[in-house]
Amino acid sequence: MDNLLSIVTFIPALAALILAVFLRGTDAAANRNAKWLAMIATSATFLVSLFILAGFDANDTGFQFVEQAQWLAGLQYKMGVDGISVLFVMLTTFMMPLVIAASWNVESRVKEYMIAFLLLETLMLGVFMALDLVLFYLFFEAGLIPMFLIIGIWGGANRIYASFKFFLYTFLGSVLMLVAMVAMFADAGTTDIEQLLVHQFAFDSFSVLGIHVMGGMQTLMFLAFFASFAVKMPMWPVHTWLPDAHVQAPTAGSVVLAAILLKMGGYGFLRFSLPMFPVGADIMAPLVLWMSAIAIVYTSLVALVQDDMKKLIAYSSVAHMGFVTMGIFAANQQGLDGAIFQMISHGFISGALFLCVGVIYDRMHTREIDAYGGLVNRMPAYALIFMLFTMANVGLPGTSGFVGEFLTLMAVFQVNTWVAAVATTGVIFSAGYALWLYRRVVMGDLIKESLRSITDMTGRERLIFAPLVVMTLLLGVYPALVLDITGPAVAALVDNYDMAQSAADAALLHASK
Amino acid sequence: MISADLTIILPETLLAGFALLALLWAVYSSKDKAASAMVWLTSAVFVALAGWIASTGGGTQVAFGGMFVDDGFARFAKVAILLSAAVVLAMSEGYMSARGLLRFEYPVLVALSAVGMMMMVSAGDLMALYMGLELQSLALYVVASLRRDSVKSTEAGLKYFVLGALSSGLLLYGASLVYGYAGTTLFSGIIQTAQSGHVSIGLLFGIVFLISGLAFKVSAVPFHMWTPDVYEGSPTPVTAFFATAPKVAAMALFARVLHDAFGAAISDWSQIVALLSVLSMFLGAVAAIGQSNIKRLMAFSSIAHMGYALMGLAAGTVFGVQAMLIYMAIYVTMNVGTFAFILMMEKDGQPVADISALHMYAKREPGRALAMLILLFSLSGVPPMLGFFGKFYVLRAAYDAGLAWLAVAGVVASVIGAFYYLRIVYFMYFGDDNTDGLDGGKSPVLWGVLALSAAIMVLGIGNMFGVEAAAALAAASLVN
Repeated sequence: MDNLLSIVTFIPALAALILAVFLRGTDAAANRNAKWLAMIATSATFLVSLFILAGFDANDTGFQFVEQAQWLAGLQYKMGVDGISVLFVMLTTFMMPLVIAASWNVESRVKEYMIAFLLLETLMLGVFMALDLVLFYLFFEAGLIPMFLIIGIWGGANRIYASFKFFLYTFLGSVLMLVAMVAMFADAGTTDIEQLLVHQFAFDSFSVLGIHVMGGMQTLMFLAFFASFAVKMPMWPVHTWLPDAHVQAPTAGSVVLAAILLKMGGYGFLRFSLPMFPVGADIMAPLVLWMSAIAIVYTSLVALVQDDMKKLIAYSSVAHMGFVTMGIFAANQQGLDGAIFQMISHGFISGALFLCVGVIYDRMHTREIDAYGGLVNRMPAYALIFMLFTMANVGLPGTSGFVGEFLTLMAVFQVNTWVAAVATTGVIFSAGYALWLYRRVVMGDLIKESLRSITDMTGRERLIFAPLVVMTLLLGVYPALVLDITGPAVAALVDNYDMAQSAADAALLHASK
Repeated sequence: MISADLTIILPETLLAGFALLALLWAVYSSKDKAASAMVWLTSAVFVALAGWIASTGGGTQVAFGGMFVDDGFARFAKVAILLSAAVVLAMSEGYMSARGLLRFEYPVLVALSAVGMMMMVSAGDLMALYMGLELQSLALYVVASLRRDSVKSTEAGLKYFVLGALSSGLLLYGASLVYGYAGTTLFSGIIQTAQSGHVSIGLLFGIVFLISGLAFKVSAVPFHMWTPDVYEGSPTPVTAFFATAPKVAAMALFARVLHDAFGAAISDWSQIVALLSVLSMFLGAVAAIGQSNIKRLMAFSSIAHMGYALMGLAAGTVFGVQAMLIYMAIYVTMNVGTFAFILMMEKDGQPVADISALHMYAKREPGRALAMLILLFSLSGVPPMLGFFGKFYVLRAAYDAGLAWLAVAGVVASVIGAFYYLRIVYFMYFGDDNTDGLDGGKSPVLWGVLALSAAIMVLGIGNMFGVEAAAALAAASLVN
């Protein structure tokens, strides 16, 4: 199969088209059909994507399964995966059937709901596979549209504000990236990512409006891309859209947002910022490291005082993404491995945590922590699963959460000890807010009248959690599953990065003589 | 060689002849009863002419000693003008006859203005330019006040006329200055004066006044004041017409004057055009936020879009002109669809222009709401819709010409502008249920135009239906 990647990408879109064109009516039968078709499409996507994993050669650091075709204006349709992107593709295809299953109780506008999620899957997969700048941008930006609608139509009470904030915030971030892409096109004469990765962008310093720009074009382009990815990630201090979006989005929307959409930022850093603008990245790295450290501590503290469960988990997501950016900009083998691992693992864990909130929200229709307490008495299975993911969120050894945090901390310790020290306190805070949340919701006596008749998880809900539990534990005890795949590609990236650094240093030395 | 000259202007002659014959026939026959048929006939004539012009051979031909130029650029613009005018005419028939507005003058005036526009884009001389421009404008002043019993419509026509006359004055003053300092009104002569390396201060003044006059026609800030009022006051089909064909014509004329007559002084006018562009983009984006009338909103939206098209022009390169042409082609397609939607907004037979009336439109009319959703995201330039590619081309053109600041300003303005398009989406999709909504207008023509335009926005990202290559040829024939 020469076009395996395209097939995987466009199965969901095809299903969405079928839904849009052929499904009529809004009765129960039509809704059921919509749900089942979405389920089948996402499952099929997952199954087909297993072929990518099976056929993937981890020792080949180049792009694999490459497809290429000419397109408008000197652009091209080019898809491919390498050790860095393949696991994100798998994460996406793995999570989507669970997301659809978690939406089984949706009642209003089911057809549109499923179409939105199916299109979103296509666009997310496209982001991780695209090997052309503009194609990447196309997928990256287009994802805003379904997510905007998901939050705006099926969201909570304050959904309008959240959806506008989400859209405009991320849109502003990415248009600057677009200008940088135009600049890259002009400089390199191509938008092929494979060629751009070996193209050397100018790093001679110059002045703009009297401001001296160290690293010249590279720094400016880095900043433009940074504006986009930092918002997407999200990094402190541009994270404020995330708690709003998370709180207002329906459960499935939160899961997609936390598990996959946030990873686009991290993926962007790994695909563009680090390898294409190594000099700019090196200049900005200390700033980014400190921003990450602040993010970890600050958002952990903010999470402590939240009384809305989803908001708490959203802030904890920001903190965990802080570990990711820290690992990436440590720019060594452990850091990048750890960052990718942390993103994959966070995909499972935060997805599961939002699903946990969804389980009780479906029953009680509130996310207030104070409305709960003593759930363990009525919901033992739920208590167990929630505990597992709380521990994973804290980073308990044996769960996947530990590996990523440990690797990134180890990496940054080699680069900047102070940042590592500050970030490590974040681990303690995360234990604080996560355990306290668990204590208030699950432990204690069941004294609230409204909770007397709450029921434990249904079979469907248990089934959704099962794969997540397995993955969290499996990656926790055997991280090589991920690291074996990412290792060679990351090693190549780090080599190139270091080589570019020394070349730049030599050039600067030469220039100063 | 008068016969050769006449062959070159045959399309214009035929259309003018058609308009005059139609006028005669309508005057001496049953007048308004046949108006409906006449609208369709005019529309068909436009399409036939567009097909003819598109299929005739390449190359550049000059008539009347250089006063009339028929080149690839003019043909591209003419096809765009005629097709969009044809579609708008087809859209207006149902709306106007339902409201008793359909008089036989309407198609005749539109046909005459189309002649003027074709003349404009082919002008090779300041006199020819002015002739085309005035023919077009006079016809448009009249159609703006087509609804004679409405104060707003009359006001729109009058405002348009007074301000239009002012801008014609500016343009003529500029033309006379240019003539005074260049000694000729022919573009090919003017460019030689400038080519000697030195642009005299008088000529520069002439350029500035010419640009001001043209900026009025494309409604670029700060010459935009007429736009919201005229858009709001005119009958909606006329507004749809204003937003499409005349904009293409004026923009093409803009490009023709700047490149054919002042192609040697690019650095002089580029900064003026860049300023017009950045002001238009920001004013269009910011001022539309407070609008609740969708026609006024579209007026500001078109001001902003003209800003982006001018960005391509400001680059002063072949690629810039190509980007501008592509942008205009996409802009016209989007606007035709959007106005088809606006024409369908009615309640109890009365047109509604308030966007809050769209509350929960998606629930009653999912298909139309979806098509409009696509158009709105396309208008705001969000990928993967075609509107994004229009922006991408002009951004590239601006960046390549060293106008990086303009590109950055453009994308920032597009974010601000996204807000008001999203607001319409919000009304259509996010609202709470409420009972009194719009009726579904039942015009298959409008629905077809809307669906087609939305489909083009999505499917066009494959190969843009060959417009890209055609625009490249057109741009190459203008700039050489």
